[in-house]
Amino acid sequence: MASAAVPIRAKQRPGDRVFSGSALAAGSTILILLAAVAIFLIAQGIPGVLAQPGDTVILGEKNFWDYVAPLAFGTLWAAALALLMATPLAIGIALFISHYAPRRLAQTLGYIIDLLAAVPSVVFGLWGGLVLAPLVRPAYAWLAENASWFPLFAGQASATGRTILTAAIVLAVMILPIMTAICREVFLQTPRLHEEAALALGSTRWEMIRMAVLPFGRAGIVSAAMLGLGRALGETMAVAMVLSPAAVISFIVIGSTNPNTIAANIALSFPEAFGTGVNVLIATGLVLFVVTFAVNAVARYVVNRRKEFSGAN
Amino acid sequence: MISKRSAGLAGLALVGALALTSCAANEGAADPGSTTGTGSEGGSLSGDLVGAGASSQGSAQEAWIAAFQGANPDVTVTYDPSGSGAGREAFLEGGVNFAGSDRAFDDEEIAAGGWAACAPDTDIVELPLYISPIAVIFNLEGVDTLNLDAATIAGIFAGTIANWNDPAIAALNEGVTLPDLAITPVHRSDDSGTTENFTDYLASAAPEVWTYEPDGVWPIESGEAAQGTTGVVDAVSGGNGTIGYADASRAGDLGTVAVQVGEEFVSYSPEAAAAIVDASPRVEGRSEGDIAIEIERTTQEAGVYPIVLVSYLIGCQEYQDAEVGALVKGYFSYIASEEGQQEAASSAGSAPISETLRGDIEAAIELIK
Repeated sequence: MASAAVPIRAKQRPGDRVFSGSALAAGSTILILLAAVAIFLIAQGIPGVLAQPGDTVILGEKNFWDYVAPLAFGTLWAAALALLMATPLAIGIALFISHYAPRRLAQTLGYIIDLLAAVPSVVFGLWGGLVLAPLVRPAYAWLAENASWFPLFAGQASATGRTILTAAIVLAVMILPIMTAICREVFLQTPRLHEEAALALGSTRWEMIRMAVLPFGRAGIVSAAMLGLGRALGETMAVAMVLSPAAVISFIVIGSTNPNTIAANIALSFPEAFGTGVNVLIATGLVLFVVTFAVNAVARYVVNRRKEFSGAN
Repeated sequence: MISKRSAGLAGLALVGALALTSCAANEGAADPGSTTGTGSEGGSLSGDLVGAGASSQGSAQEAWIAAFQGANPDVTVTYDPSGSGAGREAFLEGGVNFAGSDRAFDDEEIAAGGWAACAPDTDIVELPLYISPIAVIFNLEGVDTLNLDAATIAGIFAGTIANWNDPAIAALNEGVTLPDLAITPVHRSDDSGTTENFTDYLASAAPEVWTYEPDGVWPIESGEAAQGTTGVVDAVSGGNGTIGYADASRAGDLGTVAVQVGEEFVSYSPEAAAAIVDASPRVEGRSEGDIAIEIERTTQEAGVYPIVLVSYLIGCQEYQDAEVGALVKGYFSYIASEEGQQEAASSAGSAPISETLRGDIEAAIELIK
């Protein structure tokens, strides 16, 4: 504590210097990469943002903001729906693996979930378009007939099942593994003493989970959700292959006209884009970059604010 | 914990390895050198030829390149299917030796000139060498073929005709039992030459119903959308009461529409599709060798199928580098030849050009140097 203490300098060995140097280099590489991507997006995107209606076939009669608004909406809407479905499921699977399943089953299950993460998104896209869409079609028709009072199910049901809800289900399946893996790890970190204390006080297993595991894991659950959200926001191929898109802002999840996502729109429009059209698409990429950043920042803020009350200490 | 993690890692590595090997296997199969074919120039050519443009020609170009390189082992041809607009731009700027494009250069672009790859003050050649019929496909139980006229097709895709038992459809199809079922039109969600040609057909053949400009991007917000030809075909097959448009070669088992031309209904066929190019006038005021066609979608001529995509190969009449000129000439001659057209027909499902058109195109190719 004494401020006048003479600092003791440890002898620096070559290994120390090499390791700290390479760690520093690795750390700064990621910042440089991020900056390079940001600079590229801004430099190439500005002409797109400034493009006037009629400058390029992509914009048509709209200006850039009118063009990007439905896309940004669709991106957030699809990701939110996916998260809504995946979060409870991921927590459930993780709890089952960490606290309910017999050890052997838990290991196998964890392994299978990890495998799911290795499936490329095109495969999910194929599955979504060829298997899932025809499968959910009758359900959508039923919803349109019997639940059309609910705003999300209004209007006519899609005849092919390629709606934003189908895309969101595919996204949910895709983000499930990473979310489950993180939740599982966090739940397993719950201090044994907390759990045993809860049980000793006479709580059932569910009460123990509610009192000890979930509060401890809350920050971890949020970061798992954020990682999943990040993947859902940026997912391209699966959405492009499954969704039937249109340039609309619509909350209806079972109809034919769905808002497209930014990433899928870039994939669909880029092959034939040229001139200013390319800049417009890159500018939409910049919007996605900013949106993802903002979502992550908010999530981080939420996690940090809640940390003190998590009951983990 | 550790064992669980390493098991996961091992699984990842395994899947990764599988993915890698399968990639390699694919590339081996697509190796152009392994395909045998014969070009027309007899293997005397050598050098690199670079092209870019329309993705509609992509698979035909792959087949042409494989066969041409097989016959001319010292030649390397590359074609980047980066899109028509990008191809025209790259050709204009001299980045590529030839371009593939779903439309010819328009009059203003021709007047502006400035072809960077060409010798100064030379003209360009534009050759309609890839003709692909677009089929209107539908999925309706118990119905294999339907007769429709342009106004009805336009009404269906514009959403004004919304049920299969609509009187407009019934009037054209006597004796066919049409169900009381909503029509779901399916269009392309990506920017494509197929959409541009289809909307061009609707706009010129049914202007009072289809009031939108021809465009590569579907102009209205109605119906379903799906990615690429395969996506549309899948969506139409997977739905019920769906109708869409796609390259005819991919129509498969789906029902197809016979389109009214004059008094009769014409189903798509390679001959009927190729016939439209002969039945259509050339764009006026073009130089010799510039075979830009103004496709007459409203033609009344018998046996002509009007919904086609015509894609051009564009090159210089005189190249700055005579060797490049010889290469382009050899490559274009091969594509225009009967074998070349057959190759595209079998690999990409295009319609071989007619003998009349071949004569004109061969004359145009003779100008290249």
